[in-house]
Amino acid sequence: MRIDWIAKLQHLLQTMAFCLAVATIQYAFLPERPYAPPVAYSLAIGIITWAIIDLGRDLFPSARETGWPAGATGLLLVVGGIVAGYLLGNALADMACRSFGWYANAAPVNRDNELRNSILITALAGIAGTYYFYSRGKSAYLERKMTEARQHASEARLKLLETQLEPHMLFNTLANLRALIGADPQQAQVMLDHMVAYLRATLSASRATSHSLQAEFARLRDYLELMAIRMGPRLAYTLELPPELAAQPVPTLLLQPLVENSIKHGLEPQMQGGSITVSARREGEWLTLQVIDTGAGFNGALPTDSGFGLAQVRERLAAAYGPRATIEFIACDAGGSRATMRFPLQT
Amino acid sequence: MSPLPVPTALIAEDEPLLAQALQAELARAWPELKLLATVGDGASAVAQALALKPDVLFFDIRMPALSGLEAAAELADDWPQGTPFPALVFVTAYDQYAVQAFETQAVDYVLKPVQAARLQKTVAKLQQALANRALGAMNLEANLENTLDQLRKLLGASQPAPSAVAPLKVIQVSVGASIRMVPLDEVLYFEAADKYVRVLTAGHEYLIRTPLKELLPRLDAQSFWQIHRGTVVRASAIDSVTRDEAGKLSLSVRGRADKLAVSRLYAHLFRAM
Repeated sequence: MRIDWIAKLQHLLQTMAFCLAVATIQYAFLPERPYAPPVAYSLAIGIITWAIIDLGRDLFPSARETGWPAGATGLLLVVGGIVAGYLLGNALADMACRSFGWYANAAPVNRDNELRNSILITALAGIAGTYYFYSRGKSAYLERKMTEARQHASEARLKLLETQLEPHMLFNTLANLRALIGADPQQAQVMLDHMVAYLRATLSASRATSHSLQAEFARLRDYLELMAIRMGPRLAYTLELPPELAAQPVPTLLLQPLVENSIKHGLEPQMQGGSITVSARREGEWLTLQVIDTGAGFNGALPTDSGFGLAQVRERLAAAYGPRATIEFIACDAGGSRATMRFPLQT
Repeated sequence: MSPLPVPTALIAEDEPLLAQALQAELARAWPELKLLATVGDGASAVAQALALKPDVLFFDIRMPALSGLEAAAELADDWPQGTPFPALVFVTAYDQYAVQAFETQAVDYVLKPVQAARLQKTVAKLQQALANRALGAMNLEANLENTLDQLRKLLGASQPAPSAVAPLKVIQVSVGASIRMVPLDEVLYFEAADKYVRVLTAGHEYLIRTPLKELLPRLDAQSFWQIHRGTVVRASAIDSVTRDEAGKLSLSVRGRADKLAVSRLYAHLFRAM
């Protein structure tokens, strides 16, 4: 565990300033008595309490994240610190005042009154000080968490963009387009339209969180059309979307990574290519989406290689539907793979 | 001096439109070049190149079955001695191998989409090389060595960094319903077999599913040597290496009777000290 000693020193100085302030207020109430004893008592109690609570809290494993031990442990530490600070600090300050003669010729005091006052002051000051440090620590912790979350989100967005705009895909597509411009300008225009739609969807997918199943299938068609021009007869595809499901909302480009996996790991390594079927089905109150291919199937490399795509789909499903969404991925030895996801229909 | 023979070429590219486009660009840049065949995958590229013996090969790097780099290595292995090895040009959509470093060498590359001016430079280089060869000014062995050297570097560059993963200590093999732990120290060699990898020890043979490509970065390169696309051998278990009449290397492993073929790509590992 790393302890930030500069922050600790700051805490100590703040505590000492607070103690002096408390002593000054005490002195202001009873100016006829000497100034030294309240200062000594206040500092001794304050510093010991600070040492126990501020240094002690780092010894608890649960304090690693937030800076404070979780639950009752934290409360116990504070109470223990204040009580121990009171007892030890009193003894220490009493000793110091006696040996240096700071009590001087102060008038004798009512011991019951004195005891009640000092306990009250210690408790109030201890709670106020602890609360101050606790809330500062908490807001720093929350700020840190928020920065982390923001970073995580933008990293995920960047990663999604990076996979969608994979340079091999991009430059091969452009090379095909260049070839078509000379050979078949009309077909080139069709290809360019698909490419524009694909790029637009990819770039806006990071902004909108959901769209209709119809839009999802249209984007898949753009992508598959591009790939069909590139792969020629090696790619055949079918999209099956019943009209009554067309308006169902789904997270944007949810199916895209699965279709890409099918092409990259299923069809592309296979000389004869194959076919991809994407379908949507209603099963009672559930929506089932399926991506099936007749590609190379399981080749050992799949779990790590396509890991990102699958993990990303799983994460997005969980974020949108919680534990009610399921996804199942099966790759066969004999060839072919099937990804099936199910989540509640929205009515 | 007899006139130069008509130069011949072979194109291996899995995307039909791109193969056509390259063919059209080549017809413009080098009208005399005769295209012998166009193939769509790495395995056919090797077979057709061996059958037709073209002067120039244009290989796409990403192809089904066998990548362009692997196909070239395999071709170098099977290439008959005495015949000049074709000039290699790799065609790739994305410069992931930092191929600029190879621009002046035996192996050339062109980026897709193919630009006429860039292709013109490649053609000039190829013509120069073919002219040298016709004059007998080219050392065939040295040329092949150069090509192999570069293929080795390119293949090395396409592999993940070895430090990124934990080194292997034991191989977990599923035997029926149980998992057998085979210490790596007992393994003599690994051999790729279709979708499996054979793991051979002195007395046993096991099958695992982790592909060789994933095993390799987790093995210590000092103790395990790759000697072929599909074979990785424990260096200390190698008994002897022999060369047959055709110039092909093979090695025998202590504790096993089988002979393992050594690819030309890795033959540099077995020079006498």
